[in-house]
Amino acid sequence: MSATPQLPPVAKLEQKTIVDMVARGKRMDDRGPESYRPIVIQSGVIEKANGSVHVSLGKSKVLVGVKVEVGEPFPDTPDEGVLTVNAELVPLASPMFEPGPPGEQAIELARVVDRGIRESKAIDVKSLVIQRGKKVQVVYVDVYVLDHDGNLIDAAAMAALGALVNAKVGKFEVKADEVVVKPGRHALPLNNYPVSVTVAKVGKTLLVDPSLEEEQVMSARLTVTTDKNGAICAMQKGGLSGFTVEELKRIVGLAVEKAVENRAKILAAAKG
Amino acid sequence: MWEKLPETKPPELIDSKGFRADGRRLDQLRPIKLEVGILDKADGSAYVEQGKNKIMCAVYGPREAHPKHIALPDRAVIRCRYHMAPFSVDERKSPAPSRREMELSKVIRESLEPVVLADLYPRTTIDLFVEVLQSDGGSRCAGITGASLALADAGIPMTELVAACAVGKVQGQLALDLSDSEDKYGEADLPVAFVPNANLVTLLQMDGSLTTEEFEKGLGMALEACRTIHGLQREALKKKYHEMKDVVEEKEESEVVA
Repeated sequence: MSATPQLPPVAKLEQKTIVDMVARGKRMDDRGPESYRPIVIQSGVIEKANGSVHVSLGKSKVLVGVKVEVGEPFPDTPDEGVLTVNAELVPLASPMFEPGPPGEQAIELARVVDRGIRESKAIDVKSLVIQRGKKVQVVYVDVYVLDHDGNLIDAAAMAALGALVNAKVGKFEVKADEVVVKPGRHALPLNNYPVSVTVAKVGKTLLVDPSLEEEQVMSARLTVTTDKNGAICAMQKGGLSGFTVEELKRIVGLAVEKAVENRAKILAAAKG
Repeated sequence: MWEKLPETKPPELIDSKGFRADGRRLDQLRPIKLEVGILDKADGSAYVEQGKNKIMCAVYGPREAHPKHIALPDRAVIRCRYHMAPFSVDERKSPAPSRREMELSKVIRESLEPVVLADLYPRTTIDLFVEVLQSDGGSRCAGITGASLALADAGIPMTELVAACAVGKVQGQLALDLSDSEDKYGEADLPVAFVPNANLVTLLQMDGSLTTEEFEKGLGMALEACRTIHGLQREALKKKYHEMKDVVEEKEESEVVA
C-alpha cells in the first residue's frame, strides 16, 4: 500500500529556513529559481555494459547501464523489440533507502523514465527484430542511484538517454535457428531524444531541479518530458499538494526551454 | 509461419461525422453512475460506473496505525491501494500487485492528500481501498472520483471533493474521457484530478505526444469535465442523506400512529 511518507526529523527543523529563503528568491546553494545544479556527464564508464553514463546533478549521482540481449517479443507485438527500464535505489545512496524489492519511489522513477523513452519513440523498436515473432533484441535500461540529493528523475532520465546514445551493440544474425552475435560497434537505432525537467513548488515559488532539502519542503512537483521537437511526451505530478492551471502552463514552458540546454549537454557528452 | 500473424490494425475510433465508436462527441463524457454507502463494514464506501468501468471504493479510519511505527506524530497517515480484479480485463491479470498498480496507488493517494484534513487525527491511519472490478480506460480517474466520495461518506473532514477525468488524443483530435480502445490506439492520454474551489490540479500524468497548445486545450477540457463530475458527486452524497431522511421520517410516523 502507498502511505504518506515520513520525513527525517532534521528536515522538519530546516523547513522554515528553506521556505523563508525561497520566499526571498534565494536558494540554499545560491542558485536562481530556474537554474539547474552543475551537470557532469561521463560516458562509457562501465566497459561490460553496451552503454553506460554516469550523471552528477549537483551532489546527486546516478549511473545507468544499458544491456542489449536476445529475447522473445511480447505476443501482441511480434514485430517489435523490447524495452525494459528498472531502477534500484541502492542503500549506499541514502539513509532512507533500504535493501529489498523496489518500493513505490523506485517504481515511479523507473516508470517515468520508461514513459519518456517509450512515448517519444526514442528507440526504433521495429529495427530490433531478429526473427519476427521469435527473436528480438531486448534493451535493458538499469538505473542505479548512487547518491540521493534530490531530483533523481531528471538525473536518471539524462543518464538513461546518455547510455542509449552511448550504447554499442554487436550484429545479431540467425544461423541454423540459433542467434549468434557478431562483434561490432553499431549504435542503437534512435529516433528521438527525450529530456525530463522537474519543477517543485515551495511556498508560492517554482524551483527548477529541486535538491533533496527542497524536495522535503515542497508541496508538489511536476516532471515534464519533452522530445526533440518540443512536444510533450510524458508528465508526472508528485507530492502532497497540487498546482494551479497558471503554474502548470509556466512549468511546461520552463520544461521546453530547459530541456533544449540539457539535451545538448547529454548528446555532446554521450557520443564522445 | 510467422508471416501469418495477424497485423494489429487500429479500429476506426472517430467517424467522418466526428462521432466516436460508442456514439459520443469528442467533448462528451461516458454515462456516470455514482453511489455512496454501498458497503456495510467499511466506514465509508462508494461505487462508480463510468462507461464499462465498475469500481468499488472503501475507507477505513481514522484508525489505530498498524504497524505502529508507520504512525506520524502530527497527522494521520493516508494509505491507498489501487487494485484490479483478475477478471477486470480481457486477459486475466495476476492478482499480485503490478508495478502499474503500485504507481497508481501512489498518485491516487497524492491526488487526495491535499483535501483531507489529516492533521486532525495524529498517530492514526486512514486506509483507502480502490478495487477495479471491471476496467474500461480511465480507471484511475474513476477511482479518484469514487475514493473522494468514500472519504466523505466515512465522515472524514475534507476541504472539498476531488473529481478526476482523462483527456486524450485520438486520430489527431483531443477527446474527453477515453474508453479502453481509444486509450490503447490513441496518441496520448492525460489523466487529471481537480479540486475546483481551491483551483488545484492534484493529479497530472501524461503519456503519448502533445504539443504545448494541445496540452493547454486538453487540460481545459479535462477541468470542465471535472467540474461536471464534481456536481454529480455532490448529488450522490446528498441522495444518500435524503434516503436516510425518508427512512427516519417513515419510522417516526409509524411510531406516532402506534
